[in-house]
Amino acid sequence: MRYSGFRVIAEALTGHKGWKPVWRDPTPKAEYDYIIIGGGGHGLATAYYLAKEFRQSRIAVLEKGYLGGGNVGRNTTIIRSNYLLDGNEPFYEFSLKLWEGLEQDFNYNAMVSQRGIINLIHTDAQRDAFTRRGNAMILHGADARLLSRDEVRQMYPWLNFDNARFPIKGALMQPRGGTVRHDAVAWGYARGADQRGVDLIQNCEVTGMRIENGRIKGVETTRGYIGAKKVGVAVAGSSSKVMAHAGMRLPIESHVLQAFVSEGLKPLIDGVMTFGAGHFYVSQSDKGGLVFGGDIDGYNSYAQRGNLPVIEDVAEGGMALMPAIGRVRLLRTWGGIMDMSMDGSPIIDKTHVEGLYFNGGWCYGGFKATPASGWCFAHLLAKDESHSTARAYRFDRFLKGLMIDEKGQGATPNLH
Amino acid sequence: MIIHHPILGPRDAQEFVYLGDASLIDRPDGMTAGVEAFHDYLYQRTNPAGEHQELWYHEQGDRSWLVVTRNTVTHEITKVELARDVARARGRTK
Repeated sequence: MRYSGFRVIAEALTGHKGWKPVWRDPTPKAEYDYIIIGGGGHGLATAYYLAKEFRQSRIAVLEKGYLGGGNVGRNTTIIRSNYLLDGNEPFYEFSLKLWEGLEQDFNYNAMVSQRGIINLIHTDAQRDAFTRRGNAMILHGADARLLSRDEVRQMYPWLNFDNARFPIKGALMQPRGGTVRHDAVAWGYARGADQRGVDLIQNCEVTGMRIENGRIKGVETTRGYIGAKKVGVAVAGSSSKVMAHAGMRLPIESHVLQAFVSEGLKPLIDGVMTFGAGHFYVSQSDKGGLVFGGDIDGYNSYAQRGNLPVIEDVAEGGMALMPAIGRVRLLRTWGGIMDMSMDGSPIIDKTHVEGLYFNGGWCYGGFKATPASGWCFAHLLAKDESHSTARAYRFDRFLKGLMIDEKGQGATPNLH
Repeated sequence: MIIHHPILGPRDAQEFVYLGDASLIDRPDGMTAGVEAFHDYLYQRTNPAGEHQELWYHEQGDRSWLVVTRNTVTHEITKVELARDVARARGRTK
């Protein structure tokens, strides 16, 4: 069923009896050409592009819980392509371009809203760094603008411009950045994949991999053995657990990142704002809640919940920037598990096992990457070679000294 | 999280800086080990879901390094030792 304004009117006139379940609930077949492990944003996008753009068939997505129940439903929904380094910027700009055409492409309302993102500047050194980043973005075909203090004041006159420690001196803006309805991304890709014959198999946890003579044969699951010619793993957060089935250790630690939403307010924040110096970022949802976050908790965790010191730290950051929110009540906090890689950048690569491919290490930037991640992973699975924008995301970059370290922190995953 | 420091007693985890897996104590010999061994030491992690031995530095306290055994699924801490004692038990001289 194709969604359209006409369809809504037709259904309204006939008592809404024509709507069908958005995807099937198939039982697993004995064998597939492609198995994607992980029914989150990246896994579903991979299956969708594999079927649609790369014309492959006999594809299954295995999800241990329900579709979109992991990090794609736990993030703060921001899209942007404001990176500096050559290995990153073309990839994220490719992703942003895919976001711009996504809803027409998969015929689903994902509420892509390019309301702009600003990164606040507080020092001369930061202005130099952000100017350089903006220039790098423009060189790669993205958009960037340097805002003066007055321009920021026009947008958000109620910010604390004269904070003694971090006075606001300007901002780097990417007007094409914004937010997307995160669940709808998973649902849209799932529906699009299902319509093209992909089997979306839920409540199906992978418990082992069958590998013979260095080649993947299939996976053991809680719903029995399923054979496969190629297996792609897209389970960021649990990557180390799943890849351990293939005897692999990864350059990744799992960390918990918390996010927050306040009670609904009148329109206050038009776009997305990051206060990097104060470890705080914020946007406002269409329902009016302030959606915000800060740093990861900083210790290895698979708990999907964080601790109070980080909540205090994030609240302090928010208050330093926006004293006006002092009486706003917090509605919810939650946590998600991040694949924190050793240089803060992801991995989309083959493994030493023939037919086994890996996609992970997204740190806390995976959501914005969803379309390009799916596209590039599908490219790798279908053609056995990396997509031109994802060539730098290799496993061996650590061995060869080709790290993509935006922050220059070195091998300290909890600081990226 | 409360870390029961072997010398100072119960301390808030906020006083500490986290480094990571306690296997970082076992640095390969720089004169004999190859590039691969150092790559594995520096970049590869077991990253278990469950019991995890990890290094915490008491920056806002006595500046000792601790090896904390903590469950990464429940955040429960079951054992805290001085890293010095752990390193010596593994045959290191200091």
